[in-house]
Amino acid sequence: MTAAQAPSIGKAASTPGGGLLDWLEGALPKIVVAPTFISALVFIYGFILWNGYLSLTSSRMLPNYHFAGFIQYATLFANERWWTALRNLALFGSLFVFGCLAVGLFLAILLDQKIRAEGFIRSIYMYPMALSFVVTGTAWKWILNPGLGIEKTVREMGYPHFNFDWLVNPEFSIYTVVIAGLWQSSGFVMALFLAGLRGVDDSIIKAAQVDGASLPVIYWRIVIPSLRPVFFSAFIILSHIAIKSFDLVMALTGGGPGFSSDLPATFMYTFSFTRNQIGMGAASAMMMMMIVVAVVIPMMYSELRRGRHD
Amino acid sequence: MGALSIRNVRKSYGSQDILKGINIEVEDGEFLIMVGPSGCGKSTLLSMIAGLDSVTSGEIYIGGRMVNHLSPKDRDIAMVFQSYALYPSMTARQNISFGLDIRRVPKAERDQIVERVAQTLQIQHLLDRKPAQLSGGQRQRVAMGRAIARNPILFLFDEPLSNLDAKLRVEMRTEIKLLHRRVGKTIVYVTHDQVEAMTLGDKIAVMRAGEVMQFGTPRQVYDDPANLFVAGFMGSPSMNFIPSEIVTLGGGIGLRMVSDGVTQVLPLNGAEAKLKTYLGKEVIVGLRPEKLTHKVDALCGMPHIHVIQSLVHVAEPTGPDTLLLVRINGKDVVCRVHPDHARAHGENIELMLDFSKVAYFDPQTELRIA
Repeated sequence: MTAAQAPSIGKAASTPGGGLLDWLEGALPKIVVAPTFISALVFIYGFILWNGYLSLTSSRMLPNYHFAGFIQYATLFANERWWTALRNLALFGSLFVFGCLAVGLFLAILLDQKIRAEGFIRSIYMYPMALSFVVTGTAWKWILNPGLGIEKTVREMGYPHFNFDWLVNPEFSIYTVVIAGLWQSSGFVMALFLAGLRGVDDSIIKAAQVDGASLPVIYWRIVIPSLRPVFFSAFIILSHIAIKSFDLVMALTGGGPGFSSDLPATFMYTFSFTRNQIGMGAASAMMMMMIVVAVVIPMMYSELRRGRHD
Repeated sequence: MGALSIRNVRKSYGSQDILKGINIEVEDGEFLIMVGPSGCGKSTLLSMIAGLDSVTSGEIYIGGRMVNHLSPKDRDIAMVFQSYALYPSMTARQNISFGLDIRRVPKAERDQIVERVAQTLQIQHLLDRKPAQLSGGQRQRVAMGRAIARNPILFLFDEPLSNLDAKLRVEMRTEIKLLHRRVGKTIVYVTHDQVEAMTLGDKIAVMRAGEVMQFGTPRQVYDDPANLFVAGFMGSPSMNFIPSEIVTLGGGIGLRMVSDGVTQVLPLNGAEAKLKTYLGKEVIVGLRPEKLTHKVDALCGMPHIHVIQSLVHVAEPTGPDTLLLVRINGKDVVCRVHPDHARAHGENIELMLDFSKVAYFDPQTELRIA
C-alpha cells in the first residue's frame, strides 16, 4: 500500500523542475563514482596498454612509436642482469613468502596461548608494518654493515674472527633483503593468523582434547587446516609485495654489490630511467605483470571455486 | 560403585563460588540430567567431569576411578557439544574416526567402527561430506557418532539440542533416548529445558546458583518438589503458587481461598499435623494447572476434591486443552480445562481443585512443608 503510493507522491511533489531532480537522483551515484573509475581506467589500464605498446617499440631515452616487434623482449632475455634479477626474485620471493607465513603462524600460535600482556606484545610485532620499506632498508643497512653493526659488535665482544658480511658479499646480498623483509612483514602476517585463530570455536579444541589429541596434534591436524582462507589471503598479499619489491632493495643494497641483489623492479627502474632503455624497461615491466598474473590468478580461481562448494 | 560419583565438589574463581558442594551418584547405564537456568553451574560441572576445568575441592570418580588429576583423554569419556564442535576441515568420516586414529586403532578396525556407527545413526550417505555441507540435525548426528565410535564408559552431552529448531529437537530427543537404550552406557546430559529433562532422564539434578536443589527421578521431581524453585522450574505451564492463610475450620484447620469476592475455606487433607504451627499465617499452596479443571460430577465428594467458583480472565486455547486464567487470593492462576468445558473470558466457571498432589511451601524458607 505505502510502497504503491510512494512514487506518485514523489512525482507530485517534484513537478516543477522535477525532471532535473529525478535525473540527478538516478545519476548521482554514477557521478560520484566516475572520477575514481575514470582515473583507474586511464592511469592503470590505459598506462598498462601504453607500456605494452612501448615494449614493442625501439624506444631509448624518449618514447618513440615505431613498431619493432619483440626485439626488446629478445634483448631482455639475452641480458645476464635480467636473469640475475629473475633468480633473485625466485629466491627472495619464496624465502620471503614462506618465511613470513612460517614465522607469522608460529608467533600467532604462541600469542594465542592466553598469555599475559598480549596486546603489548602484539603491538611490538605489528610495529615494523607501520614503517615504510625505505626506513626498514636504511635501518637494516646500518645493522648489517660489517664496519658498523652486528659484525663489529660481536667482534668487540671478544670474537675477532666473527664474520657476517652478507650485505657486501655478492653471493649473499639477496639474503639480507630477505631478512629485512621478514622482519617487516611477519608481524602483519601474525595479525592475520591471530584473527583466524581467534575465529576457531573453542569447543572444537575441547572436543579434540577429549578425543585424546595433544596440543601440537590439535594445531597441526585441526586448527591450521581450518586457517586455509587466511593462508590464501596472506599468500596473495605477500607475493605481490615480493614481486613489486623495490624500495627495500633500493634502500638496503641499491641492487648491489654490483647487480647481485637486483630484483625485476630495480632492474626496470635502472633501465628505464638511468640507462635510457625505455623499451627494455617497458618489456621488463610487462614481464613482471605476467609473473603476478601467473602466480595470483590460478590461485584465486581455484580458491574462489572451492569457496562456492564449501 | 556407580559409573559416576561426584562428592562434595566445589569450584571457585577467586572469592566467587561457582559450585557450592555438589553430591551426585549415578548408577551404571543411567541417564542423568543436570537442569537449571543459565548461570547455575551445570555446564561448569560438566566441564569438570570432562577434565576441561579444574576441581577446586572434592572428588570426581568415573567408573570407580578418581579422575581429579587425569587429563580428558585418560578419563574414558566422550562429549557432545552444543555447537557440535566438528572439525571443519575433515569429512564426517574423518571426524568420527579422529579419536580412534589418535588412539592408534588399526585402519581396518577403524573403518569397521565408522561403518557400524554410521549405520546406527543412519548417516552412511553423509560420511564423505564436510561439516559445512551438513544441516544442523546431520551435524548433531555426526557429533554423536564421534562420541559413540570411541565406546567410552561415560557420555557427556552439553545442551546438544539447543541449536536445533523446535521440530527437529523433538525428533532428536527421541533418538537420543533410543540411542541410550541401544548403547546402554551412562549419559550425563546438561540442558536448560525442563521438557528434555523430564522426557530423557532416569535421574534429574535440578540446579540453581551452584547448588543441587533436588536430585531424584523425573516423577519425584515433578510430583514431590523439595522446594519452591524446583516446583516452579519443572513443568510447563508452571505450577500455580497460591498464597493462602491457614484458618480454623470446624474443629481443625483449613485454607482460606478468595476468588472474585467469594471466600471459601477448604479442608486440608492429611496435612493438618504439619501445618498446625502455621495457624493464622500464610503458606504457599502449590497446585499444578492440570489439577485445576472443570467440574467432573463423578469425582465430586471424594475427600481431596474441592469445587470453587471463578471468573475467567483470559482463555488460551492450545488445542488439546484450554488454559484459563482465574484469580485466587489475588494471584493469577492457570487452569487446564478440556476445550469442550472451557468458558470464554468474563464468564463464570465451576473449577474442581484436586488436592491429591498438592504441595505446601513456607513463604520464607521456600522449603516444602507438606
